[in-house]
Amino acid sequence: MTPKTTLTFIALPALALGGLVLAQSRTGLPRHDAPPSPSGNLSVALCDGETVAEVPGVKEGETPTPEQARAVADTLMTEWRRKNPNAAWEGEPVRVAQALPREGGEKGAPAAAERPKEGGGGAGGLPAGPQGAVQEGQTYGAFSQRDERIWQAETEKFVKEGHDVFHDAKAFGGTIAVSCDMCHPDAANTHPETFPKFQVQLGRVALLRDMINWCIQNPARGKPLADDDPRLKAMEAYILAQRKGTALEFGKH
Amino acid sequence: MTRGFKSIETKHYAERDAFFAGLGRVSRRSFLKLAGLSAGIALGKGLVTPHSFQLVEVADAAERFTFAYISDTHLYPRTLNDRFVRAILKAVDDVNNLQPQPDFVLMGGDLAQLGRKEELDLGRQILKAVKAPIRMMVGEHDWFLDLGQYWKSLFGAESYSFDHKGVHFVTVMSVQEKDFWTERGFTPEQRMQTVAGLDNGIQSRFEVGEAGREWLKNDLAKVDKKTPVVVFSHSPLYKYYRPWNFWTEDADEVQAILRPFEHVTVIHGHTHQLLTNRIDNIHFHGMLSTAWPWPYAPEGLPKLTIQQNRADPFDQFDGCGDGSVDVVESGLVNALYNLWDRNPVTVRASYVASSGAQEAPPRTKLPSY
Repeated sequence: MTPKTTLTFIALPALALGGLVLAQSRTGLPRHDAPPSPSGNLSVALCDGETVAEVPGVKEGETPTPEQARAVADTLMTEWRRKNPNAAWEGEPVRVAQALPREGGEKGAPAAAERPKEGGGGAGGLPAGPQGAVQEGQTYGAFSQRDERIWQAETEKFVKEGHDVFHDAKAFGGTIAVSCDMCHPDAANTHPETFPKFQVQLGRVALLRDMINWCIQNPARGKPLADDDPRLKAMEAYILAQRKGTALEFGKH
Repeated sequence: MTRGFKSIETKHYAERDAFFAGLGRVSRRSFLKLAGLSAGIALGKGLVTPHSFQLVEVADAAERFTFAYISDTHLYPRTLNDRFVRAILKAVDDVNNLQPQPDFVLMGGDLAQLGRKEELDLGRQILKAVKAPIRMMVGEHDWFLDLGQYWKSLFGAESYSFDHKGVHFVTVMSVQEKDFWTERGFTPEQRMQTVAGLDNGIQSRFEVGEAGREWLKNDLAKVDKKTPVVVFSHSPLYKYYRPWNFWTEDADEVQAILRPFEHVTVIHGHTHQLLTNRIDNIHFHGMLSTAWPWPYAPEGLPKLTIQQNRADPFDQFDGCGDGSVDVVESGLVNALYNLWDRNPVTVRASYVASSGAQEAPPRTKLPSY
């Protein structure tokens, strides 16, 4: 086996796997497509993915006037309220934890800082107890530790994808077997926190991705990746993840 | 025109005249002043070559000599990557142009990138063009495809010693790793690829190993404690930054073997940066790479290190280079970092010996990251 075929042999499975993972992460975003109206009128779907209303006199592909748009939005909201009669953003008056006096306040409702952290209550999650002294009623923020673990795992997976591209010249299309980590172990010396900045050598303001692409083109002699290329996004994620906690200093040289 | 005003040119010529006039009546002390001046003039004229600095080295020399180095060339096959080939050729030109010629040229290890025959053959072919005799050292990139088999067939034993002009030189194989590959069922290529990744945490840490330490002990047993010892090692022989293997796991034991000697210098590769350390009697100097510079590790940088400015990614050669090492009378060394496309830096024995109090090299203007 020649050295070249050996290299291909190692790189191909990794590449195939990487491509698969990246393809998955790209699809699956929820879309709310309104079913076409039989009358040919423009139909608009609510963000619940179910409620649909037509704009009379406006055909599909045409732009409604602001008044017509306002009217259809009101129609949709009315319809949603009818379907969800008991839905309310704030179920009860807001009780703000930090505003409670430490003494002389509600008995048996300790301030947030004193609340035990174990149980179902995660950082920013719902409290385990029946009545915690926190704001309630929002849909956003109503998540559990399990949700947080899932989100973290998904984010780390994305970062790992970036790690793999960063460490594999073939994955990002380098032609001389120079991968990013050869000069940037652990993404060191990429200083993503300083972008955007005027990149003197380019003569213009650059984003991190401009420099990633510059490195792909020059030291690694590949073709620049498109702005929405999942490999580019993943590499950005990896590079940023290495600098967690570093203060942003955009424009710094 | 204000009276007494001197233009830059006038000052420059006055300095130059003083320099050449001074050359005739040089005491040791005044020489150092002149040497600084000459460096300034050379800088002003844009005449910065390693040769212009050779003059500096004559001063406190009685029995001294110079060797040069080329290190961490990381060659891929020529057809795959001409970038690194160009860099080693530049280094070969550099050492061939040194006047006077160095006594020998050390190849500091990592001649190849992935230890393949084609890469090692290419490196050997290129190094044949070096006029001075070559001393070889093995790096992990040369070793972990076949555990040194082919490298040894080309260049001989990985650890050896020799005496040269009153100095005992030891080349010690310091990139052994504990077996991380068998239990994972790695192919030789996978093993090599893993070791080749600096930030690859799977691999083991570098070490001289028990057998290596035993060999070193035996080799040094017959050497007088007053004889200057210069050790060539690919890994630093101290503990700098573990996650990147800027590290020698059994450094403490190795240093203990070297401690009885009055003057010990370690010249090491692997770190691709201007790097200076001193631990008791042992001076450490890192070598530059021809292929690419490495950023300084986030922690553990030895105090004595004067960092090099961060490299300009738009310039292939910036932050890379080669160098030469002058062995001074005491048996210690002045290490000259011949940084390509920027001013050379000399880290003098007196700087290291005085723990940074004397003759500090110029510091970096920009953060080195």
